[in-house]
Amino acid sequence: MSIPDTMSTVAPSIPVTPAAIALAVPTPRKPSAQRFRAVALGVIVPLCLLVIWHLAVRWTGTRLVPSPAGVAIMMWDFAFGGIYDDAYSATLPIHFWKSVQRVYGGFLCAAIIGIPLGLMIGRMPLLRRLLDPTLSLLRPIPVTAWLPLSMIFFGLGPRAAIFLVFLGAFFPILLNTIFGVKSVDVRLFEAADMLGCSGAQQFRAVVLPAALPSIFNGLRLGASFAWILIVVGEMTGVPEGLGAVIMDGRTLSRTDLVITGMIIIGLTGFASDRILLALSNYFLRWSPQHHA
Amino acid sequence: MLDRIKDDGAPTILAIDDVQKFYQASNGAVEALRGVNLTVRKGDFICLLGASGCGKSTLLRIVAGFEQATRGAVTMYGFPVDKPGPDRGMVFQDYALFPWLTVRENIGFGPKHRGVASKVVAETTDKFMAMVGLTAFADRYPHQLSGGMKQRVAIARVLSNDTDILLMDEPFGALDALTRSKLQEELVEIWRSTKLTVIFVTHSVEEAVMLADRVIVMSAGPGRIDCEIAIDLPRPRDVASPEFNALRRDITQKLTSHIGSSRGAAAVS
Repeated sequence: MSIPDTMSTVAPSIPVTPAAIALAVPTPRKPSAQRFRAVALGVIVPLCLLVIWHLAVRWTGTRLVPSPAGVAIMMWDFAFGGIYDDAYSATLPIHFWKSVQRVYGGFLCAAIIGIPLGLMIGRMPLLRRLLDPTLSLLRPIPVTAWLPLSMIFFGLGPRAAIFLVFLGAFFPILLNTIFGVKSVDVRLFEAADMLGCSGAQQFRAVVLPAALPSIFNGLRLGASFAWILIVVGEMTGVPEGLGAVIMDGRTLSRTDLVITGMIIIGLTGFASDRILLALSNYFLRWSPQHHA
Repeated sequence: MLDRIKDDGAPTILAIDDVQKFYQASNGAVEALRGVNLTVRKGDFICLLGASGCGKSTLLRIVAGFEQATRGAVTMYGFPVDKPGPDRGMVFQDYALFPWLTVRENIGFGPKHRGVASKVVAETTDKFMAMVGLTAFADRYPHQLSGGMKQRVAIARVLSNDTDILLMDEPFGALDALTRSKLQEELVEIWRSTKLTVIFVTHSVEEAVMLADRVIVMSAGPGRIDCEIAIDLPRPRDVASPEFNALRRDITQKLTSHIGSSRGAAAVS
């Protein structure tokens, strides 16, 4: 029995699949078998949720929430058009691209400022005492509370959205970087000192690599916050973007459009986290406990 | 004797002059070291021997420049020691290797960051990697190595940095007995072939007699030098020989008589 054979049976007999794989696949194919098993285990819950959603809509007979099939049709139309032929048909690429630009624009700004600042705050007590009270004061303010001010600062448009995404991603990145630097083993600094690597040289040679596991945690958290905040960010009166589509869907009572936007944001956020995870695994290949 | 590098005419490389060290503890100042004097000549193999709390590691850390003496001075070639530097290479008990660097990169770390040309760094690294027998493991990361291999990397890392004095803080304390005696042999071999100067901190009488030409016995409360014993047994030394055991007994007695029998028996192996 090989993997393609079992693959065809995934949908009808979900709970059986992982066990069947474990028994059926011989040892030489272990890595791919384990990978497949992980994927199979991961899709069980989403598939169950789809089934529950479908049944719940059918049994209650609600007209407020579309069925999964209705959303699937909407997604197809949103991506390729040809079904409803309205203002949203085949507009997915443009909305998607605008949102990705804003999310990564804000996220990259947060990383470019947050990582060096975190490295310095973590290593320089003076700078920490100077900035820590201010940062602790700003941190608890919800990003949504910045919405009116960001519209005043940056006007109606994408820059306000980027600013909100930046704010949301900035603190997780900064705080994790500071934490990473502070938890570096003092011995490593002593080792670098006695080997003749001191002062500013140590930032690149010791502080950055030693704090990298924490920095990647911060980046992953920051990226997920960035996707969360894109909806808020695109409330600021931009015409395009996945967040804008969701807001439009709400105004027009088009729940299928809202759910379509939600699913696409979910999938994109998932994919972007996978990319970060792959980068993290590559750069942290020296660390056994960070190889997730 | 051929196997004795020590030469009474060897120049003084490091001088410890009346060093005193106070620590600020929560219940007031604690005196960790008092009136410590020691002259280290080029090519010496010195063991600082004592029970826990006698200040031997503190003294080594002051020599390394990680800590400052409260009074007195440490001078190297006549210049005061006030910060760590590549002339005094340290080997820590817990290795302190850079986990994100391979064996090769760890060994090349010092020369690379001191601006040595990369071709020279590569040659030096290869040489010392071969000396500690790790050429086959050049591209491994520290977490893939055993304790003994990690400590070999730590030694090679300091040697490749062209150090003058090798400072070792209970370097083999975390290793099993077999690995420990293997590394002791290798260290003596390296010391003889490179004509290094070594200051080695240990609480094991056997290790001190095995390795050193000068054993400095320290006692606690406050930490001070109790006496110095010259070991001129021929190398390689035989743990089972009567001369070795006589010295071991003699030094163990000196240690226990000064630190109280109950504490001494527990702390000295």
